[in-house]
Amino acid sequence: MSTLVNGVINKSTVPSVKYTAKEFSSDQDVRWCPGCGDYSILAQVQRVMPDLNIPKEKIVFISGIGCSSRFPYYMNTYGFHSIHGRATAIASGLKIARPDLSVWVATGDGDGLSIGGNHMIHILRRNVDVNILMFNNQIYGLTKGQYSPTSEMGKITKSSPFGSVDMPFNPAALALGSGGTFVARSLDRDPKHMQTIIKRAAEHKGTSFVEIYQNCNVFNDGAFFQFTEKETKSDTVVFLEHGKPLVFGKDGDKGIKLDGFSPVVVSLKDGSHSVNDLLVHNETDSTLAFILANMTYNHDLPRPVGIFLAIDRPRYEVEMEKQIDSAISKRGKGALEKLLNSGDTWVIQ
Amino acid sequence: MEKETRVLDEVTIRFAGDSGDGMQLTGGQFTNTSAAMGNDLSTFPDYPAEIRAPIGTTYGVSGFQIHFGTTEINTPGDHCDILVAMNAASLKVNLRSLIDGGIIIVNTDGFGDKNLKLAGYTQSPLADDSLSKFQVFQVDITKLTNLALADLNLNQKVVDKTKNFFALGMMYWMFNRTLDNTIQWITEKFEKKPELIEANTRVMKAGWNYGETTDIFAVKYDVKPAPLKPGKYRNINGNQATALGFVAAAEKSNLPLFLGSYPITPASDILHELSYFKNFGVKTFQCEDEIAGITSAIGAAFGGSLAITTTSGPGVALKTEAIGLAVMTELPLVIVNVQRGGPSTGLPTKTEQADLLQAVYGRNGEAPVPVIASSSPSDCFYGAFEASRIALKYMTPVILLTDGYIANGSEPWLIPEAKDLKEIPVKFRTDPVNYLPYMRDDVTLSREWAIPGTPGLEHRIGGLEKQDKTGNINYEPENHDKMIKLRAEKIERIANDIPLAEVEGDKSGDVLVVGWGGTYGTIKTAVEKKRKEGKSVTHLHLHYINPLPKNVGEILSQYKTILVPEINLGQLIKILREKFLVPAIGLNKVQGLPFRSIEIEQKIDEILGGKK
Ligand SMILES: Cc1ncc(C[n+]2csc(CCOP(=O)(O)OP(=O)(O)O)c2C)c(N)n1
Ligand code: SF4
Ligand SMILES: [Mg+2]
Repeated sequence: MSTLVNGVINKSTVPSVKYTAKEFSSDQDVRWCPGCGDYSILAQVQRVMPDLNIPKEKIVFISGIGCSSRFPYYMNTYGFHSIHGRATAIASGLKIARPDLSVWVATGDGDGLSIGGNHMIHILRRNVDVNILMFNNQIYGLTKGQYSPTSEMGKITKSSPFGSVDMPFNPAALALGSGGTFVARSLDRDPKHMQTIIKRAAEHKGTSFVEIYQNCNVFNDGAFFQFTEKETKSDTVVFLEHGKPLVFGKDGDKGIKLDGFSPVVVSLKDGSHSVNDLLVHNETDSTLAFILANMTYNHDLPRPVGIFLAIDRPRYEVEMEKQIDSAISKRGKGALEKLLNSGDTWVIQ
Repeated sequence: MEKETRVLDEVTIRFAGDSGDGMQLTGGQFTNTSAAMGNDLSTFPDYPAEIRAPIGTTYGVSGFQIHFGTTEINTPGDHCDILVAMNAASLKVNLRSLIDGGIIIVNTDGFGDKNLKLAGYTQSPLADDSLSKFQVFQVDITKLTNLALADLNLNQKVVDKTKNFFALGMMYWMFNRTLDNTIQWITEKFEKKPELIEANTRVMKAGWNYGETTDIFAVKYDVKPAPLKPGKYRNINGNQATALGFVAAAEKSNLPLFLGSYPITPASDILHELSYFKNFGVKTFQCEDEIAGITSAIGAAFGGSLAITTTSGPGVALKTEAIGLAVMTELPLVIVNVQRGGPSTGLPTKTEQADLLQAVYGRNGEAPVPVIASSSPSDCFYGAFEASRIALKYMTPVILLTDGYIANGSEPWLIPEAKDLKEIPVKFRTDPVNYLPYMRDDVTLSREWAIPGTPGLEHRIGGLEKQDKTGNINYEPENHDKMIKLRAEKIERIANDIPLAEVEGDKSGDVLVVGWGGTYGTIKTAVEKKRKEGKSVTHLHLHYINPLPKNVGEILSQYKTILVPEINLGQLIKILREKFLVPAIGLNKVQGLPFRSIEIEQKIDEILGGKK
């Protein structure tokens, strides 16, 4: 359709020259607390952007409210810092209206899973091509430290002085259960891994849901240290890599094998098991993705990190354009005069 | 026997029956035929609130009222002159709307023991003298329908479904209408089922012949064409007109149309209509809730669409925070509220005007929003078009108020020529030199629209307070004060860009009746009646409520008494009193029903006291 919009936007899909990471940082002062995990996420996103080879003016970052939601101000792209919980709905509207754009959402565990939980599950089920970065610090940062829907049970905060009594969400399982087609987890303190995952998320056609463990050093310091610090990391995290067996431990001395549908830890040292006995990751297997996501709060198992699932499914905005195209080819391009004069008409002389 | 024909100026007929009896279709056909014969008219459907209420119950009654005439017709009629009742329940529910001396035509088959019991009658109203005030005609429509189709060997269910055409045929006879329009409609509708063409046509003709040949009807009536403006007309209801208004605005602004919406009575039909217009490139997004409805529209507006969201009062309550976001980010957006009875879920299928203050004031912070109200079914077209124009020109959310009464009611609409509709000029910013997101136009104070995809204009907007010009986050006291005032002034300046209010009546006098929205036709009818009696009464109907036209204060000062009838406890009246310090009098009734013009006439009489 030739509209005013088509008249002004850049039609080309690649930038004329390759950008540098620096070109993606805006002129605004970054105002997160020193030491906050959000800095690393910003840096990795800025580092990955040039590799995506998308013209800067085609990129839009949308957020809700929270520390994490300040993100768009720091990106030298188009940006929209909206209202609490609604970023995914705004992003859906924008992407449906403008499929030519690369649309990103920066959200928090409160913004995305509490007040915005409804929009989150629906964008995932519709598979709108939006990349969602969910900064999970297991706390409400901006409002100064209440427990969040991902805080562990018994969490003591200002609003739960005797410990929270509600069960947390497992974001990866929630995203899978909502029909997510790309579901992944990464860590603020593992820049390389995060870059890989963000890049894959960007390349995925459909909604990408990336949960990033993010340290809030002010209100929930160390929440993920067991998964991010050198001393413990190798025993507590298993990295998921497509086509590779699930090996972890200091010298790769442990692995995950399936016992029925249940993952169990086996030793690769005591001679009882070899790598051939281990579960091999397949990121296109949605049943397996659920099994892996459900390892999350099981304390006998390492925490899975990486891409749980990456599959193709029709995208909402593409299907909608198809319906429009087909309506135009069947009924002809709409003519206002004809529309106004449709139905039963009569003439008064 | 040659029958007597009486000429009437205007008549109101109400078709009533069980929801399965096809009364909407019958009324619709009578409407189209009368329109084609040149009458002015106004109609209102009265659907049951339940989707499939048990057959024969009072809450399963469906009605359709048509008011048509030789004169100008402005409302579907306070009362009906003729009631067609297909069963006992429909008589019971509708009898109170019939005038004394009015005509009742009943299908006697709908008054069996079971039907009487379901309707709550202990004995048949046809057997006692409870209907003695009326002229009752008893016709066994069911039997006559069966007889007419006896040789066609149709399944009984099919036969039962045609009996409304018998009633229609009788009414066509009684009002001297042609059968041709409906025969043509039947032929097109059942193109692939010739047996239904035959059955329906035959039954309708049987109804017509029944009137002509039996003795029970001694009189037939003639309602001559009205002196309508020449041109091409169609019948339109408010929701259809709203949908068309937006498509027209999108075409005239050369923008893609995006609707984010969540179904709610009585607004859903706008979503239904627009979903069908895919070949206009219209994108309709049925969301998970009203918040997503408006926020997805805000996203689309950011991307350069003409973005709208449609709902009713409870939905507006949910959208409130996001309307504030659109105020702050200064993006164009139209929010349609098809008002229904409140508070809470209230009376979903009934009409009310109680969301005016919600529209004008109902947000946190100083969040001025233009508010427009449509006054009749076809006026919704112009309301939608004008709301879009203002939103796009002033980069602001605009609220369009309609209501269940005009949304579902219909009237003939003189179809405008597409080329006569004014262009809505929109210019996106493209020049990257010296771009500041919150620089304003000197005259309109609106900021520029710079959409993603435009090289060199990358910028960030959001709900936090903006620094003047740059749009960067800013918490300074002076800046906040300035921005609050700028946003308010931007909306106030719209008053320079809308037509002055015009009264219908005299430039000064005893009583000025001030209305807004769907009460237009009723107030007009009442005021005209009083004026014919020589009383000094004038009508002012407000289409723009925020900002008000610039001459409203001046107009109000010219009359001794100001009467403000509203289907709420007094909302416009608060605004008028606050803005102009006038001692206006309210007429307030909140029954989920439109006013009857007689109620307004009585109030005018009361104000004028003994003065003749
Ligand atoms: C409608 C509304 N309710 C509540 C708030 C207050 N609020 C702002 S951010 C926030 C929680 C943010 O938590 P999260 O999304 O986890 O972000 P974080 O600050 O941890 O990055 C709350 C409750 C608000 N801004 N708006
Ligand atoms: S409060 Fe926590 S999440 Fe927010 S900026 Fe500070 S460290 Fe980061
Ligand atoms: Mg958080």
